[in-house]
Amino acid sequence: MNISGAPILSVVTFLPIAGAIFIAFLSREAVQNIRYTALWTTIITFLISLLIWINFDPTTAGFQFVEERSWLGPIKYKMGVDGISMLFVILTAFLMPLCILASWEAIEDRVKEYMIAFLVLEALMIGVFCALDLVLFYLFFEGGLIPMFLIIGVWGGPRRVYASFKFFLYTFLGSVLMLLAMMAMYWHAGTTDIPTLLQTKFPPDMQFWLWLAFFASFAVKMPMWPVHTWLPDAHVEAPTAGSVILAGILLKMGGYGFLRFSLPMFPDASAELAPLVFGLSLVAIVATSLIALVQEDMKKLIAYSSVAHMGFVTMGIFTFTQQGIDGAIFQMLSHGLISSALFLCVGVVYDRLHTREISAYGGLVERMPIYAVVFMVFTMGNVGLPGTSGFVGEFLTLLSAFKANTYVAFIATSGVILSAAYALYLYRRVIFGVLDKPSLKAMADMTPREIAIMTPLVVLTILFGFYPAPILDVTAVSVKALVTSLEAAGQAAAVTPVP
Amino acid sequence: MIYALIVLLPLAGALIAGLFGRLLGPRPSEIITTAFLITAAVLSWIVFVRVGFGGETAKVPLLRWITSGELDTAWTLRIDTLTAVMLVVVNTVSALVHLYSIGYMHEDDSRPRFFAYLSLFTFAMLALVTSDNLLQMFFGWEGVGLASYLLIGFWYKNPEANAAAIKAFVVNRVGDFGFALGIFGLFAVTDSINLDAVFAAAPDQVGKTMSFLGYDVDILTTLALLLFMGAMGKSAQFLLHTWLPDAMEGPTPVSALIHAATMVTAGVFMVARLSPIFELAPKALEVVVFIGAITAFFAATVGLVQNDIKRVIAYSTCSQLGYMFVACGVGAYAAGIFHLFTHAAFKALLFLGAGSVIHGMHHEQDMRKMGGLAKKLPITWVMMLIGTLALTGVGIPHLGGFAGFHSKDAIIEAAYAGHTPSNYAFWVLVFAAFMTSFYSWRLMFLTFHGATRADHHTYDHAHESPWVMLIPLIVLATGAVLAGIVFQHYFLGEGYAEFWRAALFEAPGKDIRHHMHELPEWVPWAPTIAMLSGLGLAVIYYVLAPGLPAATARVFKPIYLFLLNKWYFDELYDRLFVRPAFAIGRFLWKGVDGAVIDGTIDGTAKSVAWATGRIVKLQTGYVYHYAFAMLIGVAAILTYFILAGGGAP
Repeated sequence: MNISGAPILSVVTFLPIAGAIFIAFLSREAVQNIRYTALWTTIITFLISLLIWINFDPTTAGFQFVEERSWLGPIKYKMGVDGISMLFVILTAFLMPLCILASWEAIEDRVKEYMIAFLVLEALMIGVFCALDLVLFYLFFEGGLIPMFLIIGVWGGPRRVYASFKFFLYTFLGSVLMLLAMMAMYWHAGTTDIPTLLQTKFPPDMQFWLWLAFFASFAVKMPMWPVHTWLPDAHVEAPTAGSVILAGILLKMGGYGFLRFSLPMFPDASAELAPLVFGLSLVAIVATSLIALVQEDMKKLIAYSSVAHMGFVTMGIFTFTQQGIDGAIFQMLSHGLISSALFLCVGVVYDRLHTREISAYGGLVERMPIYAVVFMVFTMGNVGLPGTSGFVGEFLTLLSAFKANTYVAFIATSGVILSAAYALYLYRRVIFGVLDKPSLKAMADMTPREIAIMTPLVVLTILFGFYPAPILDVTAVSVKALVTSLEAAGQAAAVTPVP
Repeated sequence: MIYALIVLLPLAGALIAGLFGRLLGPRPSEIITTAFLITAAVLSWIVFVRVGFGGETAKVPLLRWITSGELDTAWTLRIDTLTAVMLVVVNTVSALVHLYSIGYMHEDDSRPRFFAYLSLFTFAMLALVTSDNLLQMFFGWEGVGLASYLLIGFWYKNPEANAAAIKAFVVNRVGDFGFALGIFGLFAVTDSINLDAVFAAAPDQVGKTMSFLGYDVDILTTLALLLFMGAMGKSAQFLLHTWLPDAMEGPTPVSALIHAATMVTAGVFMVARLSPIFELAPKALEVVVFIGAITAFFAATVGLVQNDIKRVIAYSTCSQLGYMFVACGVGAYAAGIFHLFTHAAFKALLFLGAGSVIHGMHHEQDMRKMGGLAKKLPITWVMMLIGTLALTGVGIPHLGGFAGFHSKDAIIEAAYAGHTPSNYAFWVLVFAAFMTSFYSWRLMFLTFHGATRADHHTYDHAHESPWVMLIPLIVLATGAVLAGIVFQHYFLGEGYAEFWRAALFEAPGKDIRHHMHELPEWVPWAPTIAMLSGLGLAVIYYVLAPGLPAATARVFKPIYLFLLNKWYFDELYDRLFVRPAFAIGRFLWKGVDGAVIDGTIDGTAKSVAWATGRIVKLQTGYVYHYAFAMLIGVAAILTYFILAGGGAP
């Protein structure tokens, strides 16, 4: 379908809001209507988002589907996507219907508010990846915290207040610094227009401070070690769908931020501070993998493994190479599928037994053979087995790291040993062994609804493992342009004498 | 087309049995997977003839894979003589093991799952041996690792099987860590990981150095060693061997297929496939010889004293893999691959024979509870006898003999011709041949001869296996008799050049095959004499003087225990790696994450909470207030921003 001229990005962004408004007018008691409205809204949003992919021109690095309107004084409402951001929009829209389905029976309390929160969250997250104005970006970026904060704080587990407060505190400290940096950029460049800022050359010492301020925000979001400790708590307390969004989308905003702001706008500072990022990435990969090994709570284990996997992303980004950045984007998208699926897997058994303690399970394959297969696929994806999407990103980032620095490659590659250890150890304790616990004797295998949620995730995890071209073709040209601009900046910095 | 069919038939079988096995039922799943595999095996022999004797080679691109910048990889089938040999080995043994499993597993409820795994393994192995780039090789490499993991842990209720499965996967990943770094390094140096491009670029790198972990190292030596680390893991070489004996927890057909004939030989295949790189890295080849020799020796010593029939054969496999690496290390790749080829036949035969014994003895694996079974399982006994004759290398120098005689003795001769320091590789292999003979005959005598040590009930009910299990044994036994004498001409003799063509690379001027023909007269006799001494000693120990083994164990108790406990590697690794990993994990979690990081955060949080606590109560339900406060804050900052921004330059 030809969509030229249609404000498709705005449609995809604000359609969920329309759904939320509609739900607001529904009766609190009409729970089923509320659920179906939310489901259809998210499905239609996803289908429309596919039009973006179909009409996307992968041969150009520039922004596409650009919409621009004057808004508040110097601030414009400007939207657009390129090869770096486009697939995150699709991923968000793709995961949302699954989240609604996963909450179908799990959430019975305040369904109306819950669905509204999710739809608003969807709109804000899609907005983050489309915004081409600093202020707009900031609004979406920070606004997304509020519904997430509510989802954990209202529908979460017993320690939800602690978890949501910790989440808030971490991210808030980061965002204040980012906001200050944005103001400074505005005062320097006189615009909040992102495409213009991408062409602006900031003085090196200013870059340094701006970079650090943005880093404070993105590092928390990733999350990078040592500002990661909010994540395990947030995951443990969040409802299943909340965990899916946290792992699947919110964590990707940090990586996206590095690619959209830190690298292209502050290339000199990025080059200068790359060793810092490498160091933190390595600690994340090794230390959090070891921590994952000793976890007793399934969700915590997967949360720590997420931190380790995000370590590959930050490492890949800061190699400033095509393979590293392609790999980082791929890893983020793949992690969006695999870790989401793993949290959904935890949700499946949690809904039945209401515990996430690993020791409460064992021998599930006996009663739940389909579940065992699904869980195995995602365990292998998490381990980065070739033939799953988890491998492609890990491989590309490590490949690029070897060129950048052999120490980094050496230490990061050891992560593949540890990931095998903790993931298989988890699988063994939950799925294998003798099913002798009385509480497990009545466990039923996955329901058709649960199978419907998992099937697309299984298919995509394997499909992109064997044939990653649909993703790599989208990112190739935009990443190439980014890498070229970084090289040019590097050469310019090399010839300009430092005062 | 025929090539794609060979690789994809097992995948189709795996998918059908895996996805629809429950629907189809066990028997159709068995028949479909087995029929597909037999077809693939027949096609493989056709390809073997066309490629090996008809001079055909091919490259079949199937699908784009990972492309990013200079990296350009595709799913491709690379068909040359080396591939053809591996296709024949993999598909023949796999087809026979499928057939055999119909009988062996007939009491198991999850047969569709079992056959799906077997076929999945075969597919991954075929992807490995047909790879045209290192990425696809790595895919197959890890894919067979997954299948191995699933099959070792097939009996998931057994905690030992689960532990063994994880151990196999993780130890292999240690090897893959090196393999992966080797691939990254090759890409860093040559900007490609496609075999032809890498081989073409390798000669330019001779003598050049790069910086690796702060050291200036020779590029090709380092990369070859990293790649070899992968081979060490997959082929269970010394230091990374610990997973293989434990892998015997899997069903016996699995041991025959994966842990004897095919997967564990992937390391040897890899070194042979990458011979254009290894040949340019003589220092790395010295390491290959050393590791191969020490493995051949070490595993044989442990095999001397094991009581579990499968573990004896497992250590034997480990040891024979060491032989193959020695051959590759001295540059006699063809000898290594030839031994891989014959070993697949007779070692699969021995494992399936052992399976037949275990099946007949109602899952008894301890040889101390066997004996006198020749009468009960006559066909199995004859077949295992043939396997033993082939493994120990029975034959007459310059005339001919069983399969192992041709290939193993060729390796021992190559080791002599390869001029290692003090000829150590040669002597170690000869001594290992002596031990091989001893432990193989020990196994035969303990299992089949003498008075039985089984309890009456088990012995009386011991029975010969059904034909569906015996036919594969007979086919493999034919191979164990004939594979050497029929194929030596092509693999190693006059037909070498025409048979292998460009599939194997030899550095110019090395001429190992030439040296193998100019050996002192006594050298070809050395392994034969070692073999006969081992046989003689086994006869004394287990036939003539049955009290001797116990007496020897008593007298040399420390050595006996050292060997029985497999040189204490498991205990060592447990203390060195496993426990520290968990301890460090716990420390990082509770100590660093908990006390230090969260301690700081909670401190901050408490003071903030204290401050805000005056305005809103920090408890459930009031969380809206925080969201609201945040929103107000953002709005306030934004307003200020817009107003102040008006005066920008």
